[in-house]
This record gives sequence, structure tokens and C-alpha cells, in this order.
Amino acid sequence: MNSFRQLFQYILSGLSNGAIYALIGFGFAIIHNATGIINFAQGEFVMLGGMLALFFLTILKLPLVPSIVLAILVSTIVGMSFERLAIRPLKNAKPLNLIIITIGASIFIRGMAMLIWGKDTHALPAFSGNDPLYIAGATILPQHLWIFALTILIIIASRIFFNYSLVGKAMRACAYNPQAASLVGIDVKIMVLLSFVISSAIGSMAGIIIAPLTMTSYDVGIMLGLKGFCAVIIGGMSSGLGTVLGGLLLGLLEALGAGFISASYKDAIAFIILLVILFIRPEGLFKKKETERV
Amino acid sequence: MLRLNSITKIFGGLTALENVTLSVAGGSITGIIGPNGAGKTTLFNIITGLYTQTSGDVYLGGKNISLFAPESLASLGLVRTFQNVELFGQMTVLENVMVGLHTKSRSGIFSCAFKMPGQIKEERYIKKKSLQWLEFTGMVYLADIKAGNLSFGKGRLLEISRALAVEPRIILMDEPAAGLNSRETAELAGLIHRIRESGITVVLVEHDMELVMDICDSIIVLNLGKKLMEGTPREVQENPTVISAYLGDG
Amino acid sequence: MTKEKRQIIIFLVFALAILITPFFLQGSYFLNVLVFVGINTMLAVALNLLLGYAGQISLGHAAFFGLGAYISSILTTRFSLDPWLIIILAAVCAAALAFAIGFPILKLKGHYLAMATLGLGIIMYIVFNETVGWTGGPSGLSGIPNLHIGSWIFDNDLYNYYLIWIITIIVMLLSINLSRSRIGRALRAIHDSEVAARVMGVNAQILKVQIFTVSALISSVAGSLYAHIMSFISPVSFGFNFSVELVTMVVVGGLGSIYGSFLGAAILTILPEFLRVFRDLDIVIYGLMLILMTMFMPGGLIGGIQSIAENAYTKLKGKTNSNA
Repeated sequence: MNSFRQLFQYILSGLSNGAIYALIGFGFAIIHNATGIINFAQGEFVMLGGMLALFFLTILKLPLVPSIVLAILVSTIVGMSFERLAIRPLKNAKPLNLIIITIGASIFIRGMAMLIWGKDTHALPAFSGNDPLYIAGATILPQHLWIFALTILIIIASRIFFNYSLVGKAMRACAYNPQAASLVGIDVKIMVLLSFVISSAIGSMAGIIIAPLTMTSYDVGIMLGLKGFCAVIIGGMSSGLGTVLGGLLLGLLEALGAGFISASYKDAIAFIILLVILFIRPEGLFKKKETERV
Repeated sequence: MLRLNSITKIFGGLTALENVTLSVAGGSITGIIGPNGAGKTTLFNIITGLYTQTSGDVYLGGKNISLFAPESLASLGLVRTFQNVELFGQMTVLENVMVGLHTKSRSGIFSCAFKMPGQIKEERYIKKKSLQWLEFTGMVYLADIKAGNLSFGKGRLLEISRALAVEPRIILMDEPAAGLNSRETAELAGLIHRIRESGITVVLVEHDMELVMDICDSIIVLNLGKKLMEGTPREVQENPTVISAYLGDG
Repeated sequence: MTKEKRQIIIFLVFALAILITPFFLQGSYFLNVLVFVGINTMLAVALNLLLGYAGQISLGHAAFFGLGAYISSILTTRFSLDPWLIIILAAVCAAALAFAIGFPILKLKGHYLAMATLGLGIIMYIVFNETVGWTGGPSGLSGIPNLHIGSWIFDNDLYNYYLIWIITIIVMLLSINLSRSRIGRALRAIHDSEVAARVMGVNAQILKVQIFTVSALISSVAGSLYAHIMSFISPVSFGFNFSVELVTMVVVGGLGSIYGSFLGAAILTILPEFLRVFRDLDIVIYGLMLILMTMFMPGGLIGGIQSIAENAYTKLKGKTNSNA
């Protein structure tokens, strides 16, 4: 059943891409819910994850796991510096100026990556080899399993964090009402910093995990960032199930569209969906009725 | 001049306004007072089309303007000022007032870009009129100052000058005296009188009781989204429910 | 001297300087660079109307530039139609697209608008790249005829210089007129406080769409002219990087200043030509410029020059007053 196998392949790659979009989307949602701004540089953290992991692995010849950990660490530090240097001083700037600065910062990060690593694309080696598994007559690469595993892990972790931990609940409080939160002793500035830490960490993880499957280079951030943004818009800016569904839906539509309509317009599909959603239902498809913002 | 019929506004679970019916007589100075959260600014926002009421109607000079967009109200003679002074900070004082004459002019992109004779004439008219309004409010000497650099009191005054340039029938002022010292407040009172004398109806939301009792012909009291009463300053001052709303369980 | 007279003189001096410059640059390579300064100035002015005056961010403006370029190229290479007519046709198309998409897109604010325009720009880029049958895809489209008026063919730097700059000067003049008019004030009002502008009777939505349309139209004309001058175009000139470059030009020069757009375009076109460092580091420098300008000199270079001039003027006045 060739066509069935093909369909399954499309669905599989669509879902695994979608999972990545969902993870990137989480990053957008967490920062937006804590600060009200859209972090233009989110895609660049994804790029940094992959590129840094590659750097540690191939240039510094570190083993896989330390490379990954270091990559996440450095990306997170970049994220923190970004918040400190570009975001915090401008809390009261005109909205237009804030947008321009975040755009400038994301371009700067991308430019530095280009300077340091050049314009070539690279492939990160797969984590557990490239031998495909055969399930139901279709091939699944081990990397796909890593992607799904990580996504599920992050969803569970964020659920626990935001609903059951003190810090997580404090962040939600800041998202709802920063003034009230600071009155009860929550340091809003730290919460904002924390939101950047979490977002850049998750973003870089997403970048690392997808790098073996799709090539990575200094400018993958733009596309991935936009698609992650699309996922979170579909999901109604939630850092929970909504964005996951949004990402998966986007990945699926993209893969099916590429498979059955045209492969070369694959990227355009995501952006057309983005525009359509922004025009027709900017609050997203999966927003819950009650205002669940975090 | 202005009539509200059973205006109700519900936000999610919160009823901000409930069945508010009131009327404002043409040529009067009417005050709307009430403790914080009574719904006064919400009322203004509904009248000026920035919010849509859940139910009820708004009539301006007999015309039902309930569903009109904010931008169409200036040409109908309705204008407002804001609690947080909304100036065009990057433009000069004079330019701010000139925007007030937007509805009194018609040149479009083409005529403005190509400086058609009609537009040149119109521009001269706009400038002349704007300077006249700045004279009326005593701000001509500040005409070329950037609006963002004005002191708070002068910023308030500029907002009023700009609203007057619309040549409205009625002007809604949202807490015009907030943040003014007693000298500035006295000048404001004088200005409001002069505005009324030039034929414009004035409605103001205010917390400054002295000002309200001093200049208003009629006062409407709101509390918790409902209209408590409507009457002359004396009647309001002596009404027990109003007193308890402010001091007691309000 | 009245303010108006002073402004007219400044403009005339500027136009004159532009028009006589070629005489000092006989056959120099620099003349070629200045042609591109002209094109970029046209584009920066167009973007400034939207970004600097109305305060609406667009990260996809290269799309309209590209649309004009491709429509002109395709129609003049495949069908031998009058290029001048096609420039107008392309501009109308770009305007129509902007008008149609302007209504939904300009309802969005801030970051959402930025993302949406970014998406729009990328969609156009993908279309340019993939419709290989029409556009030649990534390898580009060549053989685009030069423009000509009678026996004057615009195939050399000198003629192209005047072609571009005469049109750019006209665009600048019209934009300056617009900015100092009722419409210009209404646009800046929308930028400073959209709600107050609406209360004053400004129909913000329609005005934003109108200026978006005008901006697209000018960009398209620039694109068509670019295509006829270069004889060869490819999608890479019309992508996200160029859109960002345009925004940087406007920001560096000064949001809301037409002369600023000239300054920004000049700097960002000339420097990469002569400073190798600039060319290699381009993205990094644009990012830095955007950040530093917005943080420390929000009025752009023009704003900086203006405050220096004002300080000097008041010091001078002070000196003469104390002398009198």
C-alpha cells in the first residue's frame, strides 16, 4: 500500500515538525504572557541551540551530551543578556521603538552567528544513529522519537511548573496582574528574566533536537521563528495544550500540502495560514473559554 | 442635547453600568460624579463610541448615535478630552490644535501632496482658526512648543483647545481638574464658563467637589454602575444616599 | 525670513545640489553608486510615510519593490509592450494588492503587524523564487530592456542618475508637502495617539490603508526602474534582508523625516561600497544601528543634527542678545 505508506510518512514528518513548532511557540507564549511583547529573537535562540551544539561537538570535540548541555546553557545566557540589555532598559519605551529594538537584536544575534560560523549549512549527527525503525510498514527515524519524547517531557514539565510550583504560580500571577503581584512580594523583574531564561532554553532545545533532521545554519531562525509564532497564534498564545495543537496542526497542514499540492511552496503554506488566522481569528483556534493565559 | 436611555455595559462577569438613563440639557454645564469604579469613564467611552454598550441607546440632539464609530462623532459635534491627557506629543501645540480642525477640512492625499490651490487656502484657514482657539485658552505664546514638553496643566489646557477647534456642540471632559493646583483649577472654571457662553454644552466627570458644586448647573451621581440621582448641586449635597455612597458603603 | 520660505530654500538647495553633482563626478564609479542611493532614497521615503509618520511597522516592504520589478521585467521581456506604460500598470497592481491586504493587515497592531508584514514579504519572496516559468526562479531574469525616451537610451550611469533622481526628487517634494499638511498631521496623530486622533474625527483605518497603498505604489515604481537599469533581477534582492535594510535606513535617518530617509539611504548604500568591513559585517551592523539609534538617538541622524543646530542657534542668539 504505497500511498498509505507515503501518507504515513507525510503525517509523521508533519507531526515531528509540528512538535518543534509547538516548542518554539511555547517560547513566544511564555514571554508574551509575562511581558506583553513578542520576542522577535525567539527563532534565533532555536538557531543558536543547533549551531552551538554543532560547534561544541565538532570544533571542541566534546561528546554529545556535554555539547548539548553547554549549547543550552550558552543559549540561555544569551537570552538573559538579551533581556538585561535590550528589554529591561526599555520597559517604558514607545511600543514602536521596542519592536525595532527586538528586531535589531535578533538581527544582531543572527549576524554574529554568521560571522562566527559562516554561511554554510551543517548537519548535527543524529542522537541515536540513523537506522530507521519500521513500524506499520513505514520508516521512523530514532530522531523522530527523540522529538516526540522531548515535546511530551516539556509539556508535562511546564504543566507541573506553572500549576504546582511556587515560582511557576508566581509567574502566572505576574502575567495576570503585575501590580498586584509585586504588592504581594513577587519580584516582577525576576519573573520577566525567568521567562526569557525558560524561553531561550526551550528554544535552544528545539533547535538541537531538530538539527539532525533538517540542516542548520545561521539563518534558520527566521523561518522557524515565524512558524513557531504561527503555531502559538493558532493556539491562542497559550503555553499549554493550545500551542501544542497549533504546532501539530501547522506541521500536518504543511507536510500534507507539500506532499499533495506542491513541495516548493511548503514554507508559504505556514505563512498563508498565519495571515489567515491573524485576519480572521487572531485570538486563535484553541483558546479556552476562560482566560487561561499561562 | 444628550440623552442616554437605559445604558447597560457588562464586561465578562462585571456589570459596569446598569440601566443608566440620563439627559443633558443644551447649553448647560453638567457634572457626573461618583466614587471610584462607579462607571463614569465607561459611560464616556460608550457615548464616544470607544466601547459598545451591551444594551441601551445614546441620542445626540435627537439623533441615535448608539452604534456610531468614534471618528464620525466629531463632525456631529461631539468631542471629549481624556483622563490621561492624550496629546500628540511629537507635534507642536499649534499642530495639535490644527488636528482638531480635521473635520472642518477636506483635502485628501492628492491635493495635499500636489499643493493644490484649494488645499493652500484651506491650510491658511486651519492655521488661522487654530491660533484663534489658542488665544481663547490663553496658550498662543506656546504655539511652537513641542506638546510633549508641556507641563501637565498646560497639557490639559491644550487638550481642551484642541477639542474646541472641532467647534463641537457638546464637549465631554474626563477629570479635567485632576492634577491641577487651586490656581489652575480656578482658571479652568473660568474657561468652562467661557466655553458655555460661546454656546457649547459641557459635561464633566470630576472628583473635585468644590469645582463641581461651583460651576455645574446640574449634577448626576453614579454609584456602582447605577444612577443614584440627578439634580442641582444643593439637592445632591443634601441627599442622604449620595452622602452614604461616598462615605459609607460606597 | 518665514519658516515656509526657509523650507522652500532648503529644498531648492538640496535639489540643485543633487542635479549638479554629476558634473563633479565625470564618469566616476561613484556616479553608479549614487544611482542606487537614489533608488534606495525613493524606497526609504515610501517606507517612512508608513513607518515614520503613521507609525505602522512593515517588515515586508521589499515585496512591493520586487513586485514592481518583476511585473515590469516579465511584461517587457515576454510581450513587447511600452515599458513606461507597464511601470504605471505595475504600480497600479502593487497599489491594488496593498489596498486589498491593507484593510485586514493594518487592523493588527505592534508586533502582530510586524509578523504579518514579515510573513507577507516572505510569501512574495517564495512566489518570486518558485514561479520559475515566469520569473526565472533563483537564477533570475535577464534581458530586461533599458528605458528610453525618443533616442535617449537609459543605459549609462549619467542618464540613469537623472532618471532616478528627478523622479526621487519629485517623490520627496510630494512627501514633504504631504507631511506638512492636514494628512501629515493626521498620520502623526495616529502615531502618537490613535484613540485621540479618532475622537478628533480622523478615520484612522482608512488613512492607514491609504498611506500603505501610496507607499506600495512608490516602492513598485522604484522596483520597475531598478529592473530596467539593471537589466537583470533575481529574488535575492527582494527578500527579508532588504526589508530590514530599508527599515534601518529609515530609522538611522530619522523616523518621520524625509531628508532623513535620504541620509539613511545614502549612508547605508555608500558605506558598504567603500568599507569592506561594512560589507562583511552587514547584518551585525544593521542590528547594532537599529538598537543604538533607537536607544540613544530616536530622532535619527536628522534629529541629532537638528538639536545641534538648535543649540547652536540659541547660543548664538544668547551671545547677540548679551552683546546688544
